[in-house]
Amino acid sequence: MSSSISFTHNKYYSWCRNNLFSSWINGIITILSIYFIYEVSSFFLNWTIFEADFVNNFRGEKITDRTFCSKNIEPGQHGACWAIIIVRFHQFIYGFYPVEEAWRVNLVYGLLPFALVGIFFDNLPFRKYFLYFTFLFPFIGYFLLYGGAGLDVVGTSKWGGLLVTLFLGVTGILLAFPLSIILALGRRSKMPVIKTICIIFIEFIRGVPLITLLFTANVMLPLFLPEGVRPDNLLRALVAVTLFQSAYMAEAIRGGLQAIPKGQLEAAQSLGLTYWQSTRKIILPQALKISIPPIVNTCIGLFKDTSLVLIIGLFDLLGVGRAAVADIDWAKLHYEVYVFISLVFFIFCFGMSRYSLYLEKKLKTDNS
Amino acid sequence: MTKIKSLFISLVLTLGVSTAIAGSHGSTLDIVKERGKLMCGSNTGLAGFGNPNDAGVWEGIDVDVCRAVAAAVFGDANAVEFVPTTSKVRFTVLQSGEIDMLSRNTTWTLQRDVELGLEFVGVNYYDGQGFMVRKDLGVSSATELDGASVCIQVGTTTEMNLADYFKANDMSYEPIPVETNSEADAAYLAGRCDIYTTDASGLYASRAGYPDPSAHMVLPEIISKEPLGPSVRHGDSEWADIVRWSLNAMIIAEEKGITSDNVDEMKNSKDPETLRLLGVSKVGDTGAGYGAWLGLDDDWAYNIIKQVGNYSESFEKHIGVNTPINIARGLNALYKDGGILYAPPFR
Repeated sequence: MSSSISFTHNKYYSWCRNNLFSSWINGIITILSIYFIYEVSSFFLNWTIFEADFVNNFRGEKITDRTFCSKNIEPGQHGACWAIIIVRFHQFIYGFYPVEEAWRVNLVYGLLPFALVGIFFDNLPFRKYFLYFTFLFPFIGYFLLYGGAGLDVVGTSKWGGLLVTLFLGVTGILLAFPLSIILALGRRSKMPVIKTICIIFIEFIRGVPLITLLFTANVMLPLFLPEGVRPDNLLRALVAVTLFQSAYMAEAIRGGLQAIPKGQLEAAQSLGLTYWQSTRKIILPQALKISIPPIVNTCIGLFKDTSLVLIIGLFDLLGVGRAAVADIDWAKLHYEVYVFISLVFFIFCFGMSRYSLYLEKKLKTDNS
Repeated sequence: MTKIKSLFISLVLTLGVSTAIAGSHGSTLDIVKERGKLMCGSNTGLAGFGNPNDAGVWEGIDVDVCRAVAAAVFGDANAVEFVPTTSKVRFTVLQSGEIDMLSRNTTWTLQRDVELGLEFVGVNYYDGQGFMVRKDLGVSSATELDGASVCIQVGTTTEMNLADYFKANDMSYEPIPVETNSEADAAYLAGRCDIYTTDASGLYASRAGYPDPSAHMVLPEIISKEPLGPSVRHGDSEWADIVRWSLNAMIIAEEKGITSDNVDEMKNSKDPETLRLLGVSKVGDTGAGYGAWLGLDDDWAYNIIKQVGNYSESFEKHIGVNTPINIARGLNALYKDGGILYAPPFR
């Protein structure tokens, strides 16, 4: 008796009772749901991990093409054959970057967190030096990746896989950010010329799909340039991606600007602050804080949209995956490739999303 | 409004035309030589025709044509940069000068050759629409397919060819429309249709990926012409000649039995055409070799054969009967072996 009382006092028990088994119907639904979750997750875990092949198949042979995959040898085997990812791992991460030069890409990947940490966390010791590094990073990164001055030049046509995805995504977002602030302010400006230019720019860029911009940058631009002037293919894509992102981000920031009560600006002006002073110190900090969710939203959207560059002949992560599936040695391993690619995209997008939540919490003040 | 519109259009046209004229000044060969490598438009991934392998090296019979041109121009079959192109952008990329040549299973048609401003320089694979069935269906000819259900990709020329073929043979069929190649595979394997039809090379490539390829057969009837070949831009015939004769050199090499293994011995051959091809004999008594006509070294064809191989070597290595794709030579055999592969004489 006493044990049953103490049992009912258990908070987990009462939570389950109240939320999962409050009536017969709910109880049945709960049990069915648990069964469903168990079935799905056990299938998925078995497929991805427990029954899957990694380097060797179930006979212990090294997998060098799809005929060695356990599921293609034994009808009873169903697990994934991750060997396709492992064998082509270099391509997925670096594209066609020369193997002996891959350390340069690794170094850039390794330095990237140091470049970002200064922007992300403002209570960091020696933050000033980290910020200096952040400003230098694009130049260091470009030098390391592209080469020159002692390093072998690796043309951007050899870049691929995650490198291209990250290059376009991260650089596009970082370059678009200042541009979008200028556009957003310009669109609310009282000067008609600047205002018109900004409106035309934003509406034009927003009015066409990214794929059209990429296509224009890639194949139309060279037709209008003199012979021999051929801006780099990846650079052209980067310009298109940056313009596209800046137009969207500008509108997100404009939303934040409009949410700031007019009194804020008037109060700032009555203190004698100039337009730039009040914008920089009063308006923008508040507006950007409000705009964090929509900005991150467009960033995540852009990061995924970079996979469209396949159409202009750049092999991003998805493009490498498609080529892997098209290889006759590895044919019909679609699930493995697409699950892997989704996982990579998910990790980055989820990371961005969590960072935006952290920022929102950190910047939360009670007056908003 | 219409005035502004026409003004804008004429402005765009003038710009386009003037840059096109400006673009036609430098010879493609000079540009390629100056750059030090050939830019070649390839597939974004089609097994056996053009696809990067595990090590990131491009392979396939279309890719080999590019390598042949690079071997002819630079003496190095690896002096190529492959630009993956989708079927949507392939022609624009070529026209814009981004690539020097296009070699990605592209059908030679009137419109592409004339209206789109391309120049097809030859055929490196004679394809055609075919039918694939399960062997246990007990069918051996496409004329026995009356009343069958057919998996067909919507909006393609194959769809129209199919309708024409069944109508001409007074047969009926039930179309099962699908969107993509992989969807067609899935529908066919699941038994939703009796027949799967697309270009025969595509059928072979699909079959190679099936769990049990030997349970399926491609019927002998080919119901359309799909000559696939490399192309270049209009307006530079010298460059077109180089690409055309690089492909021809591979075909002639097969005809003469010259392979990458025996090419050095063949330099001592008694056959005059072999000697001309390999750059041993000179043109008359001028002292100049045959390469000079193309603006190349005299051993350009030797380099192609040495580094890339003859047509047969390329075919058997990438799509032949000993590969998973398992395509018999068929139409693509030499004219003297019952096919229609035929190169003009080398003289």
